[in-house]
Amino acid sequence: MTALISLRGVQKYYGTYHALRGIDLDIKAGEFFSLLGPSGCGKTTLLRTIAGFEGLSDGTLKIDGKDMSGVPANLRPTNMVFQSYAIFPHLSVAENVAFGLRKSSMSKKEKSAAVKEALDMVGLGGFGGRASHALSGGQRQRVALARALILKPKVLLLDEPLSALDKKMREQMQVELIRLQRQVGITFILVTHDQEEALVMSDRIAVMFEGEIGQMDDPETLYRAPNSRRVAEFIGKMNFLTGVVTTDGGTVSVDVAGLGRAELPASQVPQGTVPGKVSIGIRPETLAILFDGETTQRRVVDATVSEVVYYGDMTYYDVRIAGVESALTISMKNLIGRPVLDVGAKTKVIWDERSLVLLPA
Amino acid sequence: MKGSGLKIYAIAYLLFLYAPILLLPIFAFNDGTIIAFPLQGFTTKWFGELWTNKALHDAVGNSLFIAMMTAIFATLLGVCAARAGAMASFPGKKGITGFIMLPLVLPEIIVAVSLLIVLRQVLDMQLSNWTIIMAHVLICTPFSIAILNGAFQNIDPALEEAALDLGETRWSAFRLVILPLVVPGIISSMLISFTISLDEFIIAFFLTGSNPTMPVYIWGLLRFPASLPVVMALGTLLVTLSIVLLATAEYFRRRGLARAGIKDSGGFL
Ligand SMILES: Nc1ncnc2c1ncn2[C@@H]1O[C@H](COP(=O)(O)OP(=O)(O)OP(=O)(O)O)[C@@H](O)[C@H]1O
Ligand SMILES: [Mg+2]
Repeated sequence: MTALISLRGVQKYYGTYHALRGIDLDIKAGEFFSLLGPSGCGKTTLLRTIAGFEGLSDGTLKIDGKDMSGVPANLRPTNMVFQSYAIFPHLSVAENVAFGLRKSSMSKKEKSAAVKEALDMVGLGGFGGRASHALSGGQRQRVALARALILKPKVLLLDEPLSALDKKMREQMQVELIRLQRQVGITFILVTHDQEEALVMSDRIAVMFEGEIGQMDDPETLYRAPNSRRVAEFIGKMNFLTGVVTTDGGTVSVDVAGLGRAELPASQVPQGTVPGKVSIGIRPETLAILFDGETTQRRVVDATVSEVVYYGDMTYYDVRIAGVESALTISMKNLIGRPVLDVGAKTKVIWDERSLVLLPA
Repeated sequence: MKGSGLKIYAIAYLLFLYAPILLLPIFAFNDGTIIAFPLQGFTTKWFGELWTNKALHDAVGNSLFIAMMTAIFATLLGVCAARAGAMASFPGKKGITGFIMLPLVLPEIIVAVSLLIVLRQVLDMQLSNWTIIMAHVLICTPFSIAILNGAFQNIDPALEEAALDLGETRWSAFRLVILPLVVPGIISSMLISFTISLDEFIIAFFLTGSNPTMPVYIWGLLRFPASLPVVMALGTLLVTLSIVLLATAEYFRRRGLARAGIKDSGGFL
């Protein structure tokens, strides 16, 4: 596999501040790749080094096999959608979109056809004559997309493009961006601090912490098998317990505090697991409450409800279990006939070995 | 009545400020050489004399030339300084900005005397329009920077990066994106500098060579009571011109802010 974008040992210092601490990254052509991480972890910095707005302090960056050191932003095969959209306020929508074509050899007619096509693609056909300040947030975002895509870049860089939109608009644009990416087949690199957005949209996600990549995987692997506690904490909701791993020949079992002993199938044992104390993650949806009249083949443990949060389609319970330090969160679908328990109710919690995610202690 | 004290104060203040200026047009059209009431009747002959006075024309010519050059150079310097100030910080930025703005509060007489000494004693230069232009650029640049700072700092830095990203060079990005957005500020700065330079007296008085500027010429006229009405006529024209220029400058400053989508926050008018 040859990567379209390839970073090796990339370091970035701002003065003495170490913003990128050795980034290794390969992004394939046509991939929808996301950089996800908490505020200040260096996502924007990484995106800007790829775009050419920031130089590297160390390491190499190749795009399409060519080393990018010394290549300024205007000569790179990348285009960017800025967080503030950066629509030129003194130009009309069409002039904004046509801006990048100034140096191209197209005839006037070809240019205006290209502008029309780009505007149609983002659903802004007929808006070309509008003054750019007379646009809504979502429309500005589309103009920024059209302006970047008209140049048919190899890579489109997007820095939190949806963060300024309201929830509804954001969800709509997520779907449109995915559709657009499939349609044009351009590699998208999306920066976001919204884990849900990253999970919904990406082929692959790199989770960043303090200038480093903590884990890089497809959304499902990232969610089901986080490789560290900080990744597990950042993606979705996760309960944390402690346990002790023991190995006996080929089988690995873990003694989970408060729940009991379970034998783990090989697929759930991360490489390099050694006997000893571990941290164990449990997703809320892999546990369940055993309601009156229901039966289960799985294991059960006594618990007391300590908090109830009702979401309509779901109810989130916090339960206390003897021997478990903090309350465990359980999410339950509100199926027909299923009651919502009260705080203080005695109940049973269903679990088994498939609930357990082994994390380094 | 509530606020009536304040109202009286405001009216008195405005009278004090503008009544003397109102006297200018009154006596400029008064048919009498003595500046005193009662008025003698209506005439435009003083304005007529303005048209035939060769020395005055030379002085006005000098002043216009100086004011024009000052406007251009002060604004050029202002653009550079404001642009540097709007970009990422560099070592000593605060100190440098402070020093650039200093002439704003420096007494003009001090500037005039020290410049005279430097030009004549140290550099041994001939006094000319250009020596005045240099001094006027010095006092106008801070005003220019103050106006242009506003214009530059209101621009989202991502706009320039977007232009670079779309294939423009640093220079063409500046020309195509930044410059159009600060044009109103540039016009405003040029008009303000022009106005300041046009009626500046102290520095011009010290640094003027054999050809006086208009304010210096007017000052010379004051020694001859008979020419006072002409001065009044000239003054009337100048006040009108100043008001028009300043109003235009303010119009452009506000339009610049509106264009960048910013709420107004002060200014000179
Ligand atoms: N020009 C700069 N000079 C100095 N430090 C900088 C500069 N740009 C960013 N930093 C620092 O580098 C770190 C990473 O910044 P970056 O903008 O990449 O974070 P981010 O992950 O995009 O965060 P956010 O989600 O808040 O946008 C931050 O601590 C920031 O303060
Ligand atoms: Mg950022």
